[in-house]
Amino acid sequence: MTDLIAGISARRFLTSAATLALAAASVALTSAPVLAQDELNALVWCDHTDPALIEPFEKANNVKVNLKEYEGTGAGLSIIDQSRPGDWDVLVIDGVDVQRAVDKDILAEMPADALPNADIFPEVRMEANNSRDGKIYAVTEKFGYNTVSYDKTKVDPADMKDMSKLWSDKYKGRIAVYDYYLPMIGLTGIDLGKATASLSDADMPAIKDKLFALKANAKQVSDVVSSQTALATGEVDIVFGGGEWLTAGLVKDKPNLDWTIPEQGAVRWAQSIGVMKDSTKKDLALKFVQYIVSPEGQARLATSSCYWAMPANAKAGEHLTAEQKTALRWDEQADYLKRTQLYPIPSAELDAKMQDAWTEMLQH
Amino acid sequence: MAAVSLEDTERRKAWGFVAPALVWTLVFFVAPFLFMVAMSLWAQQGGSIVRVWNFGNYIAFFEKDALFRGLTNSLEITAIVTVLSILLAYPLAWIIAERVPKKYQRTALILAILPFWTSYVVRSYSWLLVLARNGVINQTLINIGVITEPLELASNRTATVIGFVHFFVMLLTLTIYANLVQLSPNYRRAAADLGANAFQTFWHVILPLTMPGIMTGAFLTFVLCIGDYVTPQILGGNNELVLPQIIMLQLGRRADFPMAAALSIILMLAVTAAYVACARWLKIERT
Repeated sequence: MTDLIAGISARRFLTSAATLALAAASVALTSAPVLAQDELNALVWCDHTDPALIEPFEKANNVKVNLKEYEGTGAGLSIIDQSRPGDWDVLVIDGVDVQRAVDKDILAEMPADALPNADIFPEVRMEANNSRDGKIYAVTEKFGYNTVSYDKTKVDPADMKDMSKLWSDKYKGRIAVYDYYLPMIGLTGIDLGKATASLSDADMPAIKDKLFALKANAKQVSDVVSSQTALATGEVDIVFGGGEWLTAGLVKDKPNLDWTIPEQGAVRWAQSIGVMKDSTKKDLALKFVQYIVSPEGQARLATSSCYWAMPANAKAGEHLTAEQKTALRWDEQADYLKRTQLYPIPSAELDAKMQDAWTEMLQH
Repeated sequence: MAAVSLEDTERRKAWGFVAPALVWTLVFFVAPFLFMVAMSLWAQQGGSIVRVWNFGNYIAFFEKDALFRGLTNSLEITAIVTVLSILLAYPLAWIIAERVPKKYQRTALILAILPFWTSYVVRSYSWLLVLARNGVINQTLINIGVITEPLELASNRTATVIGFVHFFVMLLTLTIYANLVQLSPNYRRAAADLGANAFQTFWHVILPLTMPGIMTGAFLTFVLCIGDYVTPQILGGNNELVLPQIIMLQLGRRADFPMAAALSIILMLAVTAAYVACARWLKIERT
């Protein structure tokens, strides 16, 4: 699961049926040189499969964008491993996993002057994640928060400002826990007063105990679709680990749903996009990346049908309606960015321990 | 000499008929299976697969309670589902075979398998809406005054079992019905002539003769149930994991294919054990 950051694990459950074609097949079928420049193969998350996002680029460039949705970094990298070099032109990936892709030498360097770095919110430029040795391999395109979503008619909104209330008896059996170990371990660590950036082996016993206690209080541990359904239908009153991506798309029909960042803080997720190193259409791929991080593309990506979240480009605000900006909490971002921390970025060994702790919690 | 030649020709012909199936099996079952066995003996370290053979994944499975419980949860749920499905399917199959007039039996069977026409995922989510706190069952019971607080029917093992049973009752109904309609009425007459009452006839004659149908359906139920990932994920609320869910966890972020392969081999061993247990009644063993 993944980097499902946000809506992400939605992908696990067929949330979006918009995967248009297997790129490998497409490449094999488009051997004619004339057509070769007219197709682009992108490995993406479900928000990129919204026609409202992709069609303007296709029309403007007379190109067909073949999109394949994947379920998390592990699955995405496996797809690339099993593909031929050049099968994929563009990759969307969890911001904290860009370095994994760089380690595997699958991303191409992008020229700094081709990207609107100055327009991207400084807190989500994430140079340490998106570049190495001064070379840029990816650019942040969207971000949001793993935090607390709730039904304000059924819980006390004041309680939701204190994360520790989620461990109290008051809300026992009324909580859905978002099923992605990385942000949830980050959130649990934050409640214990530990910074996500400095989590280590030594913190795991306390985090594990805290996770077990959370599970005892929860009704379910579930993916995006199930969490959202549970909150919308009243099966649970709180989704811990949810955020704007759970409630923003529902806000019109369900004004009773809300989300907040507790006083302890929350975890910030970010997704990045880059050009594949072995792409034979790097110019077109870069053009696609430029479109996605342009103000227009960013506004469409932010309000994509699969899940809503903040655009990384601050100028996207000029292309969002007042209603959309309200749903995204546009004016409160400065405060949120200050109070939130990035996902933990564990070593492979610590990552394995975190996953083991998560599995044990699910079985507890 | 002539006889030997004829034998050789027949043998060559036989191989000619068998060869395509053999090649198919080798390419699409044996080779992938051997690769999976090899993969299960490798290890994933630091994001890469280390191709040094060892039993580390299997040892970890037995040492880590969270992993081992995936198997025990799978076996328990599968056993409950199989037994409940048989108990519900047998009377249904019997009613269709014995009580529904011949000309309506086909319609009855189509109605019985209607749930197969819907998407498996959609059906599971539909059950979630039925079983939820604000779902159809709870709201109905509250409205008619049977309960005051909603029952916890969703996001637990009960919900998973209900979702599975709904699906597999239909499958078992078909296999048991197929068996029941083949039984000659003479068996019942003979039993009655010998003084057996209705229950004795069922217990000593009908039930043993329909065991192949029951066991065929039970085996299919076992195989499909123990390997399923979707229903426990949607209806179980992740409050306990079955083995296929644990396999998915290995693949999601870490891409630990060796561990996933080892768990898959263990799953296959469970299915093989079920086959051996059912083999006596499975038709394939009787022909």
